[in-house]
Amino acid sequence: MHKYILRRLLMLIPVMLGVSFIVFTMMYITPGDPARIMLGESAPTEEVEKFREELGLNDPFFFQYGRFVKNLVIHQDIGRSYTSKRPVTIEILSRFPNTLKLATLGIVVAVVLGIPTGIISATKQYSIFDNAAMVAALLGVSMPNFWQGLMLILLFSVHLGWLPSSGFSSYKEMILPALTLGTSSAAIITRMTRSSMLEVIRQDYIRTARAKGQTESVVINRHALKNALIPIVTVIGLQFGYLLGGAVLTESIFGISGVGRLMVESINARNFPVVQGGVLFIALTFSIVNLMVDILYSFLDPRIKSQYK
Amino acid sequence: MANVNPAMDGKIPQADVKIAKKKRSQWFEVWLRLKKSKAAMVGLAIIVILIFSAIFADFIAPEGIDDQDLDRRFVSPSAEHFMGTDHLGRDIFSRIVYGSRISLQVGFIAVGIAALAGGSLGAIAGYYGGKLDNGIMRAMDILLAIPSILLAISIVAALGPSLANVMIAVGISSMPSYARIVRASVLTIKDQEFVEAAKAIGANDLRIIIKHILPNAMAPIIVQATLGVAGAILSAAGLSFIGLGIQPPNPEWGSMLASGRHYIRDYWHIATFPGLTIMITIFGLNLLGDGLRDALDPRLKN
Repeated sequence: MHKYILRRLLMLIPVMLGVSFIVFTMMYITPGDPARIMLGESAPTEEVEKFREELGLNDPFFFQYGRFVKNLVIHQDIGRSYTSKRPVTIEILSRFPNTLKLATLGIVVAVVLGIPTGIISATKQYSIFDNAAMVAALLGVSMPNFWQGLMLILLFSVHLGWLPSSGFSSYKEMILPALTLGTSSAAIITRMTRSSMLEVIRQDYIRTARAKGQTESVVINRHALKNALIPIVTVIGLQFGYLLGGAVLTESIFGISGVGRLMVESINARNFPVVQGGVLFIALTFSIVNLMVDILYSFLDPRIKSQYK
Repeated sequence: MANVNPAMDGKIPQADVKIAKKKRSQWFEVWLRLKKSKAAMVGLAIIVILIFSAIFADFIAPEGIDDQDLDRRFVSPSAEHFMGTDHLGRDIFSRIVYGSRISLQVGFIAVGIAALAGGSLGAIAGYYGGKLDNGIMRAMDILLAIPSILLAISIVAALGPSLANVMIAVGISSMPSYARIVRASVLTIKDQEFVEAAKAIGANDLRIIIKHILPNAMAPIIVQATLGVAGAILSAAGLSFIGLGIQPPNPEWGSMLASGRHYIRDYWHIATFPGLTIMITIFGLNLLGDGLRDALDPRLKN
């Protein structure tokens, strides 16, 4: 097991190198001279040229990439923000807790809504509840979350006046963003829970459990759900990554100062080191979450544990 | 002469007729199964209406895409302006009708790019295996490590916001799923006897992949593509919403929504209708995609 975790952690290195290469290349091909952006439009050309030399922007592509990776690995340095002049790592780390909190709340909403609905749908297949839940789930997947956020604001903030439309410090302020972000994932988790449960419910051991007189709730929760969990947990892990990315839109709707909003602002300001850092950081978080999901499998299913060597 | 050349006497050989019939009946059967699903038919109807309105937008929309009239700003939905007007006095319904052209274009072309690029890579990886397979799939893993909307955002940020760049960005960011699906299908098909037979008569690799393997791997690709169009339209709308997509005055649904967002407290209709349209479109595509999956592979149906 330890060996497995170590191997997976080592595998993160080439993936993150790849991500850094993509991110670096994208910023490299982006039109606009960083030296010019930093010094301002009015700076004399000679000065810009001198600054380019200082920054190493005249070096060959791979040389620059090598330096980028070296700084990243040794000094955890992704450069400085063009606008605030602060190190990008600090800019991102100061905003990251909000994004993480938002994504976590979103996934909590998704799990709390999704798993029970999926289970009931599966146990009462083709009932009115099931049909209604499936239509609702499909609508949930189909709704653009930025639009849903606006509609929630319209209903709960503008018309009913129950909840604030922006901010992210009190629990009241977190409800709408979490709902906005979590709905589509809730829908996906509902669908996955239902189909995974349906598959398990048909197995012989469920019939055996029922035949030996086990109560229905034990059959469903202990026998069926436990065996249906693997694909559900996989989806939850993937959704978490999706929520980290989707937070970009939710954060800009509710005015939450997280990594997503920072990135949108930075793109508009052509503040590329911050964009670079944001993508790298979220990709790293996403990879770590997926790794944790894989490790979680072994606790859910002892058969998988024996395969991890 | 017993052996008459079919080209000379104008008759088609019996065997060919049989194959043609069989081919038609296979897809016909899928269609029959699809027709049984009411949900899929509703989805298909939504998509057909949308395609229809995109083609005949000039006849359906009462006004043009940028007919501003500052005397009638923020008009609420009425008989004259069925979805009201926006902050520049433009008829929202007309803009939504024209917007279907952009959204469908983005949806289909982005999926086309993703399916073609991802599918080819997946086919090569699955068919040749070994180091090539490993290399391609690890590259796909790297792309998958970046949440797709974020990848699309950074690509558009690098290339600059435009319709073409949105298509490319959304296409590239959804490429890995096609690569995986096609690779998996190719792996199950490539060792079957008909592929061996094709090899034995000297068909080259390209011909084997395109003529023999891909047609048999079509089902999951079609399903993924249908659902993919939905995802692509959503991503493109999201990009436009944060100002990185199709630029004004083009009536992209996401950017219409974004411009309505500032007035949401007083004029609900500006942001509501474009969002509703996006939702119905995606809903239709999802219904159709689900139906197609069940029709193409009845084993998967619960």
